[in-house]
Amino acid sequence: MTGIVSYLVFFSILASIYSLMSLGLNLQWGYTGLFNIGVVGFFAVGAYTFAILASPPAAGHIGGFNWPFLAALIAAMIATGIVALIVGIPTLRLREDYLAIATIGIGATIQLIANNMNWLTGGPNGIYNIPQPLSAYFSSNLGYNVFFLVMIVVILLLAYWSLERIVHSPWGRVLMAIREDETAASSVGKSGFSYRLQSFVIGSILMGLAGALYASFIKYISPTLFMPVLTFQVWAMLIVGGSGNNRGAILGSVLVWALWTMSGSVVQAILPSTLQVKGGAFQIILIGLVLMLVLLFRPRGIMGSRKAVVFAGESKTVSGE
Amino acid sequence: MRFGGLKAVDDVSFKIREHTITGLIGPNGAGKTTLFNSIAGVYTPTAGQILFKGERIDGLPPHRIFHKGLVRTFQIPRPFPEMTVLENLLVVPPSQCGESFWNNWFQPARVREEEERNHDKACEIAKFLNLGHVLDLPCKNLSGGQQKLVEIGRALMADPSMILLDEPGAGVNPSLLAEIIDRISELHERGITFLLIEHNMDMVLNLCDPILVMANGRLLMEGDAQAVRSDPRVLDAYLGGEPEATS
Ligand SMILES: Nc1ncnc2c1ncn2[C@@H]1O[C@H](COP(=O)(O)OP(=O)(O)O)[C@@H](O)[C@H]1O
Ligand SMILES: [Mg+2]
Repeated sequence: MTGIVSYLVFFSILASIYSLMSLGLNLQWGYTGLFNIGVVGFFAVGAYTFAILASPPAAGHIGGFNWPFLAALIAAMIATGIVALIVGIPTLRLREDYLAIATIGIGATIQLIANNMNWLTGGPNGIYNIPQPLSAYFSSNLGYNVFFLVMIVVILLLAYWSLERIVHSPWGRVLMAIREDETAASSVGKSGFSYRLQSFVIGSILMGLAGALYASFIKYISPTLFMPVLTFQVWAMLIVGGSGNNRGAILGSVLVWALWTMSGSVVQAILPSTLQVKGGAFQIILIGLVLMLVLLFRPRGIMGSRKAVVFAGESKTVSGE
Repeated sequence: MRFGGLKAVDDVSFKIREHTITGLIGPNGAGKTTLFNSIAGVYTPTAGQILFKGERIDGLPPHRIFHKGLVRTFQIPRPFPEMTVLENLLVVPPSQCGESFWNNWFQPARVREEEERNHDKACEIAKFLNLGHVLDLPCKNLSGGQQKLVEIGRALMADPSMILLDEPGAGVNPSLLAEIIDRISELHERGITFLLIEHNMDMVLNLCDPILVMANGRLLMEGDAQAVRSDPRVLDAYLGGEPEATS
């Protein structure tokens, strides 16, 4: 029984971390049409920044700053935002495919840095002993994980609420207009670049936040945790749940993550040990299949619909011509 | 304005007086839309100058030109298709407080207040353009004529001093056309300057003074309805001339 509970807690924490990422991607893609295929890169920047700043001293790489949890979390978000600015400023003025190329590039670059800049990231060995907030106050592992889950759900709800508010504000309305027709938007005075950049940076910061929380939760990070497949997962989550819908992004994250972990267990149970290493491929195929089915039968995802962007409440229809 | 080897607008020079409805006519492919795009900043003219209220605007991007009070509509309407008519209108007002990310967090009351003001204004404009009953419909569900009205509505939301209208009457049924003509003259009386491209001669001859005639990228003549009607070169441009374009 406690086995199931502790597994569910573990599952929910990771589902929340994925949800934060797909919320960030939803702002970028769902609301702005930005094709970011380097999600994992921003996730990694958040995770490594947090790990480096929060960890106690360790041999072989920079560290030992022992920053408090909240400070390291905020620094991780700022670092991710800066990386997003560096990627966004030169590419978001250009045609949209440049952003795609640049974000693939940043994902790969960050992985290379993680693997090779040993003095900074610990190289292939990674960073150990990443602290968890308030862990001294808990005696049992499960008790602490429940606390962590509560904390992360509060953060997730806060992110959800903030995003809902901002995409339904005049700011979000301009974002949507630019996504719909940039030429028309510029003819009514809205410059696409500035809004795309804002959306890209804010979305990336959410991914960085997810990375920082992830690092803190699993206490140990290494380059193998930041493979391109993670970007694929987050995209699948957003599309299955319903791009352009924040609740859809969260729902999709939970569903796809459930499917991913369950199929992982099935692979372990049925595949002979010689084929176990290929199990990941089976999972990717399965998610790909689900993705195709959703696109066929519900092209806008499970929750894919949109509400009006009217800040002052529901719109009053003018009657009587 | 030159596209590769093609001079789409060549040696065209004119002034538009304030508070006029200036007509711009000419056969298809004459370069009228290209001229509009050059004025509105979509293209940077390859040579020449464009002045608006004494200030050079050639080379500025479209969104900057909009903020100078010069607004345009498109020959083929470009409403934001997934957004409702109301949203299409609400996007427009320049420099809204709530367009800044932070103001939505730190000055929500101000944003809300402004939003309510714009909302009332949008309803009023929609009513004026007979769009009141479709305010909450996505623009993609509207007829072509209604989409043209949405474009005019968007232009009005900016309180512009000048509007460039590219064929507001094309593909619009006669009763709607009469309405559009009414609205344009009413707005003109309120002090807005118009530059109007139109193929419907009745509309142009009734509404516009002066009228500019373009053909093959050049300005053929400028004059009032009487002068345009009686100028043999105009008829020639429409009937004879180079059998060039349909656009
Ligand atoms: N973006 C463009 N690139 C190349 N040629 C163009 C472009 N836009 C318009 N043209 C050409 O310029 C000429 C004038 O077109 P246009 O301004 O649309 O005419 P009008 O609006 O008077 O019918 C046409 O020959 C057209 O084919
Ligand atoms: Mg034209």
